[in-house]
Amino acid sequence: MTANLLRFFPVLEGREIDVAAGSVAEVLRAVDAIAPGFSDYVLDERGALRRHVNVCVDQRLVIDRQTLSDRVGDNATLHIFQALSGG
Amino acid sequence: MSDLIVLGTRKGTVILDRVGQDWRPRPIMHAGNPVCFAARDPRDGTIWVSLDHGHWGPKLSRSRDGGRHWEDAPSIKFPEGARYIVKVLPTPDFDPDAPAGRPEYADATVFKIWNIAFGNPEQQGRLYAGTIPGGLFVSDDGGESWELNRPLWNHESRGGDLFAGDATSENRWHGTPASIDYGVFEPGIHSIVVDPRDSDHVYVGVSTAGVLETRDGGLSWASRNRGMRMDYSPDPEAEWGHDPHFVAACRGAPDHLWQQNHCGVFHSDDGAQTWRGVSVPEAGARFGFPVAVDANDGHTAWVVPAKGDFERMAIDGGLAVARTTDGGRSWQSLREGLPQENTYDIVLRHALDVADTTLCFGTSTGNVYLSEDRGESWRCLGNNFPPVYSVRFG
Repeated sequence: MTANLLRFFPVLEGREIDVAAGSVAEVLRAVDAIAPGFSDYVLDERGALRRHVNVCVDQRLVIDRQTLSDRVGDNATLHIFQALSGG
Repeated sequence: MSDLIVLGTRKGTVILDRVGQDWRPRPIMHAGNPVCFAARDPRDGTIWVSLDHGHWGPKLSRSRDGGRHWEDAPSIKFPEGARYIVKVLPTPDFDPDAPAGRPEYADATVFKIWNIAFGNPEQQGRLYAGTIPGGLFVSDDGGESWELNRPLWNHESRGGDLFAGDATSENRWHGTPASIDYGVFEPGIHSIVVDPRDSDHVYVGVSTAGVLETRDGGLSWASRNRGMRMDYSPDPEAEWGHDPHFVAACRGAPDHLWQQNHCGVFHSDDGAQTWRGVSVPEAGARFGFPVAVDANDGHTAWVVPAKGDFERMAIDGGLAVARTTDGGRSWQSLREGLPQENTYDIVLRHALDVADTTLCFGTSTGNVYLSEDRGESWRCLGNNFPPVYSVRFG
């Protein structure tokens, strides 16, 4: 997870969070339970990925940015980082 | 007398404290994050900050201990089913005579929380937030929860109730260039005026639609644009499409409202039922963004003139504040203590405030100026602040 996001959620700092396999949306909900408000930083009120946020499952960018249905497997790692949008 | 100034800047929140004759800035808060508006609630002292995160979405932050500790307030969210009719900027191949196609709808999400306003003392916990894309949100529990004002969102001037189905009228609200930062062209509510005599009586200023009024606590809204003129429109006196840059009222005489509009300065002495153009271009008062109104005298107001519309910077390389004390019939150009050469600053819509005899403004180039004699003379509080988006006395 990018440090640019961790600074708002120090409770997540330095932690490796293990959650059950499922969709990206489910994983984010699990993180939100540990750090309330977290998902509002990553998703808009429609549950879609914010325009300037990227999420990867292992090395692959998620395909479904609207409902985050991409599958996160048992041993997969979810990466969250800001999209480089220039400037 | 106010002892606190809150600045919202491109790089965070700056609080200045009055210390004797001096004003001292504290270390920046929300460091690195754009703050598009910041103000202190006079009822309970909570300082509210609208964060304009580039990546992480708009957020409200608040401090209940005068700025020592901050917390995120619950997010403002459009409810499921909130839609709007997309307006697009005309392109070179735009054909105004082509038959109108079916409207394009978009699900609403908050792009920017542009303004925060506080209810009257008898409405403890009442807060307002004006947003891009044009939603007014209301809280009655001190910001723990927010509700979209649906009568304004569903107004017939915007296509009607899109929660219920397709549009029943045309969308006459246009976008604001401020929304283009978010890759959209949607309207924004930047001004919220609560009548101190009547909590059910509220005005909003919208770029680009105009001024709307409710007298029934937000159950119904009506345009209040009579007398305003837009020189960019084929019909300068059309009901919709006006671009008030900021709207403010006199607290002691709330029927006196002022607006710095894209097309001049306007004054109303009848509660916005009619507006009167009071620009005096030769005195500088025509184009600009903010306006401040004296708390007791509805005929006294200040604007910070700029070279408009295309240049949008100080006129002839020197900063001036224009003040009227006669309802806009005449304006004085006040320059003592302000730089008069090689100056390119512009003062944005929320970046001028007045408290009693003290005024303060901040500029897009990070300069902050203070006057303690109603604008007669000014002194600089700093030249190296980040670009200033808002200035409010606490």
